[in-house]
Amino acid sequence: MATETHNISVTVNGTSYRRSVEARLLLSDFLRHDLLLAGTHVGCEHGVCGACTVIFDGVAVRSCLLFAAQADGHTIETVEGLASDRDHLHPLQESMRDCHGLQCGYCTPGILMTMKAFLDETPAPDEAQIREALSGNLCRCTGYQHIVEAMQLTAERLRR
Amino acid sequence: MATRKFGAPIRRNEDARLLSGQALFVDDVELPGMLHAAFLRSNVAHARIRSIDVTAARAREGVVAVYTAADLGDYWAPGPLLVPPPPIADITFNQRTQVPLAKDKVRHVGEPLAVVLAQNRYVAEDALADIAVDLETLPAVVDLEKALTEASALVHDGVRGNVAAHVRQRRGNYAATHPRAERVIARRFLYDHGASSPIETRGIVAHWDARANQLTVWDTTQGPVFLRNGLAGMLGLSERQVRVIAPFVGGGFGPKIMLFYPEEVVLPWAAIKLNRPIKWIEDRLEHFFATTQERGQTHDAEIALAADGRILGVKDVFLHDTGAYNPYGLTVPINSQCTLLGPYVIPNYDSTFTAIFTNKPIVTPYRGAGRQHGVFVIERLLDIAAHELKIDRAEIRRRNLIPPDAFPYNNEIIYQDFAPLSYDSGNYEPILDKALEMIGYDRFIAEEQPRLRAEGRHVGVGIACYVEGTGIGPYEGAKVQVQANGKVSVATGIGTQGQGHFTSFAQIVADQLGVEVRDVDIVTGDTDQFYWGAGTFASRGAVVAGNAVNEAAKVVRQKILKLAAEHFECAEEDLEIADGQVSVVGVPGQAVKLGALAVKANPMRGAVRPGTEPGLESTQYFGPPGGATASGVHAMIVEVDPQTFTLEVLKYVVVHDCGTVINPLILAGQIHGGVAQGIGNAFYEQLIFDDDGQLLNASLADYLLPTALDVPHMDIAHTVTPSPLNPLGIKGAGEAGAIPVGPLFAQAIEDALGLLAQNIELNEIPLSPNRLFELTAKPVTSR
Repeated sequence: MATETHNISVTVNGTSYRRSVEARLLLSDFLRHDLLLAGTHVGCEHGVCGACTVIFDGVAVRSCLLFAAQADGHTIETVEGLASDRDHLHPLQESMRDCHGLQCGYCTPGILMTMKAFLDETPAPDEAQIREALSGNLCRCTGYQHIVEAMQLTAERLRR
Repeated sequence: MATRKFGAPIRRNEDARLLSGQALFVDDVELPGMLHAAFLRSNVAHARIRSIDVTAARAREGVVAVYTAADLGDYWAPGPLLVPPPPIADITFNQRTQVPLAKDKVRHVGEPLAVVLAQNRYVAEDALADIAVDLETLPAVVDLEKALTEASALVHDGVRGNVAAHVRQRRGNYAATHPRAERVIARRFLYDHGASSPIETRGIVAHWDARANQLTVWDTTQGPVFLRNGLAGMLGLSERQVRVIAPFVGGGFGPKIMLFYPEEVVLPWAAIKLNRPIKWIEDRLEHFFATTQERGQTHDAEIALAADGRILGVKDVFLHDTGAYNPYGLTVPINSQCTLLGPYVIPNYDSTFTAIFTNKPIVTPYRGAGRQHGVFVIERLLDIAAHELKIDRAEIRRRNLIPPDAFPYNNEIIYQDFAPLSYDSGNYEPILDKALEMIGYDRFIAEEQPRLRAEGRHVGVGIACYVEGTGIGPYEGAKVQVQANGKVSVATGIGTQGQGHFTSFAQIVADQLGVEVRDVDIVTGDTDQFYWGAGTFASRGAVVAGNAVNEAAKVVRQKILKLAAEHFECAEEDLEIADGQVSVVGVPGQAVKLGALAVKANPMRGAVRPGTEPGLESTQYFGPPGGATASGVHAMIVEVDPQTFTLEVLKYVVVHDCGTVINPLILAGQIHGGVAQGIGNAFYEQLIFDDDGQLLNASLADYLLPTALDVPHMDIAHTVTPSPLNPLGIKGAGEAGAIPVGPLFAQAIEDALGLLAQNIELNEIPLSPNRLFELTAKPVTSR
């Protein structure tokens, strides 16, 4: 197979990167293994589980369903961009911790990015809206209840 | 002492790393010069291998090596039997374990035939297409009953009837109950269980450091110590030369305790041979074939009852699908056999199972580990009995509960841990009462259900009881050490997959040593940090490792007090440990920090007394005399749409007793997650194989895991009956949530649709909308 390459320029968490990538390289693999932003996780590589969700020009997308080349000229936010460091978490992260909204933590980065985009658009959601927004992200550990509670708490904290 | 940490809903130590994307998972390991592996897997379920030609694959640019079974030479060997059969009389057991790469024959779709090692995964997968395989396809063994017939193909040449095992266990004399029985009810039950589907699939990185003569393996395993020991043995290395690290692991649920998966055997060998680090990360399609799963059992069960609904005896004969190999022995069907007895007095029991080899992926424990199957049978038998004897469903359960003064209660059969199935402690009736109260059972039946039915709505209630054997041996250990900075380091041999060990173990230590939970640093799953252990399975981490941590912390506490007493020249009784320091009670200002004592305990110069051990450190082990039996009751109110058979769970209640609770927040999370998996099992998840042994729904788009819209809000309550078998009184909780959901769904749906009155019973799981439509179309008659 011919290894066609593209030169791309992409901004991730405020840092711009220029790279040469194979046409077939998935955005998820590019973020994880080329940029070493391994906080974005990969669960199914067919767009169902949502673990690889990142925010692409303000919209939550699945990075396993995009090629890195498609990110050329675009702006991406990943879990690494949510907080400046571990001691100063984003209210989303803080609420997930307070409500025990994560167990193994593998689906968590995708959930954080999905819900960040959701809460930006819907600052005062009810439980049904939260569950609907969350329903594209699979979590096998928590049964979702504590995540829902964490999102209610986040929305409250962000409104304060 | 300051506020007790044990029992408090403390937020987790590990979360900051996980939430900020900085926790290390296996696929995050990046090493210079690392190669990537892809496995060529059989696309048929049963075939003889005529030839495998890897010439073209080896020639592809970017490919470093391609290996088949022939290349492994003497290293090729079937894996070990991980769990030998328990000591049960007249048992049949035919051991057939998996191999690193198939030689001669393939026995399930996805069995690996060859491995490609290349500069990246993309190229490695390209090269898989270059391999020419000539297979002579054989008839696949799929159906359990057909597998036993003369006409069936054989999964393993020489294993007649595909019988992997045959086991009969008896208590009392079931046949003698019939003359006394008011009613004998016999039914066939089908219970299918699925794939654990952690969001992180399996993965391995193997790194041979030739200069250090050291192999490091990062693996998504639940059992790092045994993986280390096994690899050392296979590779001819000393155990000290092999370090296995199970870093953060993205969910396990059982199949990650399976050891010596083919990839685990092949990667370290190839890393040494090529002197290059190698990574393999299972993709989701592979996960459906290459990771072990659970599947179905067919039970022909019979219950004999007195007129008042008391159980006189149960007889059960069941078939268990063990898949193509049986490295995990009999754990799953023995659990089914034992857990069927539940919280009930069943004086006469006669249970026989046949485990059957099939051309399907290997079956090993997945959360519940066969317990669901047994619980489904007894709970459904009681529901049918209640209907036939005109006794309320909750009442028939109450009448059969083991009374609180009967503990320890010996069921007189052998459990998965090779010991007699004995319940250590329990008090079941208050759990049932609490669940009935929380779900509003009486009021629902007397008032709400008639009112809603009058409105044309189909609502029903269910209630199901269960016990769960947890916290089995053999043992775990822990090393607790106070460091010079005053913080406490703890290492244990078990791995962790989200259970919160970094916090719950820290809570145990914090109370003993008077430090903050955040100042206790836990290391799990690194064989260089702690040498011994068995692993995280069977709801045993908190019970067995937790008590080992407690024992070690107690010894460290004594060392602290002894050293501080010398320091202050006072009696140990006059000292108090709190807030990271030791102080003399009633003498303000007389205090020494734990860190300072740790430094003092490791003097740089001078002499120590004979027999002095350095440091404030202790390593202790804990092995319980037997498993601790947790118990609980789930109750549910469900509404069914009679046109589409979609469900809405209106209320879900769990009342659970797992002894003393370390962290109620973590415990609630375990229960919620268990119930969610139970709901998946009951209603959504089924591995569908066709007659050729092909899995038809091997993607998360077709094998449906419950989403946030499918899992209801749950109300949880606890009763506390401490286990007498460990000093902390803990029982395990990891699997409880998942166990009784199947019978609960069947019962509540039957009630919602009034099915029993129409002579229709729901005697199988899962009950998808499609299946409900089929089952309710015609009445089921008893055999």
